[in-house]
Amino acid sequence: MNKNIDTKKIIISNPLKLDCGKEINNFPIAYETYGELNSEKSNAILVFHALTGDQYVSGKNPITNKDGWWNYVVGENKPIDTNKFFVICANVIGGCMGSYGPSTINESTGKQIGTDFPIITINDMVNAQYELIKYLEIEKLFAVVGGSMGGMQVLQFVANFPDKAKLAIPIACTSSHSAQNIAFNELGRQAIMADSKWENGFYSNYKLNPDKGLAVARMAAHITYLSEKGLQEKFGRKLQDRDSLRYGFEADFQIESYLRYQGSVFVDRFDANSYLYITRAMDYFDLSKQYKGNLSDAFKETKTKFFVISFTSDWLYPTSENREIVIALNSIGADVGFVEIESDKGHDSFLLDVPSFLKTLGDYINSTYKVINERRI
Amino acid sequence: MKEEFNIISNLIEENTRVLDVGCGNGDLMKFLQENKTKDIRGLEISKEKVQNCLSKGLTVIEGNAESDLKQFPKSSFDYVILSQTLQAFLNPELVINELLKVGKKVIVTIPNFGYWRVRLQLLFKGTMPVTENLPHEWYNTPNLHMCTIKDFYNFCSSKNIKIFKSIALKKSRISEINKSNLNYKNLDSHLGIFLIES
Repeated sequence: MNKNIDTKKIIISNPLKLDCGKEINNFPIAYETYGELNSEKSNAILVFHALTGDQYVSGKNPITNKDGWWNYVVGENKPIDTNKFFVICANVIGGCMGSYGPSTINESTGKQIGTDFPIITINDMVNAQYELIKYLEIEKLFAVVGGSMGGMQVLQFVANFPDKAKLAIPIACTSSHSAQNIAFNELGRQAIMADSKWENGFYSNYKLNPDKGLAVARMAAHITYLSEKGLQEKFGRKLQDRDSLRYGFEADFQIESYLRYQGSVFVDRFDANSYLYITRAMDYFDLSKQYKGNLSDAFKETKTKFFVISFTSDWLYPTSENREIVIALNSIGADVGFVEIESDKGHDSFLLDVPSFLKTLGDYINSTYKVINERRI
Repeated sequence: MKEEFNIISNLIEENTRVLDVGCGNGDLMKFLQENKTKDIRGLEISKEKVQNCLSKGLTVIEGNAESDLKQFPKSSFDYVILSQTLQAFLNPELVINELLKVGKKVIVTIPNFGYWRVRLQLLFKGTMPVTENLPHEWYNTPNLHMCTIKDFYNFCSSKNIKIFKSIALKKSRISEINKSNLNYKNLDSHLGIFLIES
């Protein structure tokens, strides 16, 4: 949430027309960068974060004091090596880590915007982040990379700005949110809205927080990020700090205790309204619909190289949905590579220590960077 | 292997668009990238091999030629290469048809089951042939549809597939195959290389 920590922030003065029809201007984008931009400005990588991520990709997150959300991937001598690349990540609009969102204070009222915040889309998020790239005066990014909702932003970015990235790596994502995806998001939103402390989204006016609802939303979502096999192997029916069942509703099982913990730590760092807005943006995402039902048309104008990655045990954004992106790209002869990585860790695989994923991603980015540089010479 | 790569490379014009079907660890792709064209893609069924290729920066898609060639538009590649994999498909005829759709020209190489060393094993030992080129036992071979140079030659004629060039390889000796020497080349070569078009 908006705690008073110095986040890097710019104010976008250009008006941004949102998909919902409203226009916003003079709004903040909070961001973080890692590594150095080289003199040719050819080593910049824009990373897009997922639903509950933020701009703190690597190192320590100064607000939560926890590791950055993509520490396995981004950092010194990591697959995206910050000794070599200039990595940029912005908090999406609708978020709660300093960018314009429902917890932003409306200066005229001195109160949080709450549910007066306009509905935003993946397209709006990407357009807002493009303003940051312009501000940083980067003519062409080396790469745009992201997993899950970050992957959706990668796809939208290339569709909107076909000549602004040499390489695009959408990971564990989809070009259109499925009924199952929408269903799980709706479950989360209903949990938040059913919390009496939600107050139609104006909880901060009453110094309340719908933390119970938000925790339930997080618990339900967290299950979708794992795999059945992973859960069974890690928890099985193991009991939590006890030798036998207590015949009650306490957390007898380790999995219950684990989910409760995940829910409780989440509410300390995330705003319930942001959760509503961002899940809505994901549900509205349907890139092929934006191009009259033909996903290929989204990428017709681009020469960007694509590398699509999925995971065997990801049932939230399964390989088949990632493959549809590959098929759409192939059908227009675009330059696309694809691999499905073997992992038991479910959708969360892209955030975790999955060695074959980290190796393939790192090697691919580095050798492609080399090839593109050699070609220029 | 090197000879085969050289022959394939010589069949390809410079700076053309190439797809290597069943590209394995990407050795041929690398070779062609260094010698002929940068614009080369691969399709490979094994995850591990796809990861090896991607690690080298090669553009490879994990997929199965029998089901995934469909997604490429007609004539989207100048050349499609199928190196020593035709015999491993469930339906080689379908694969050849798909290749001919996707590629303007197709290069197919065939481990020759008609090679005399192969024939002798079956004739004298009475067991399924195991050679340097075909190292598997009958019970673990991925090769479902072995054929000979002559079989493939006849297949092309019967399906009205144009053969632009057909080359026989024995050790490192290269020769052309034609109608009149077909029986001899079928006996004396371990590999056949065909450049075809629908």
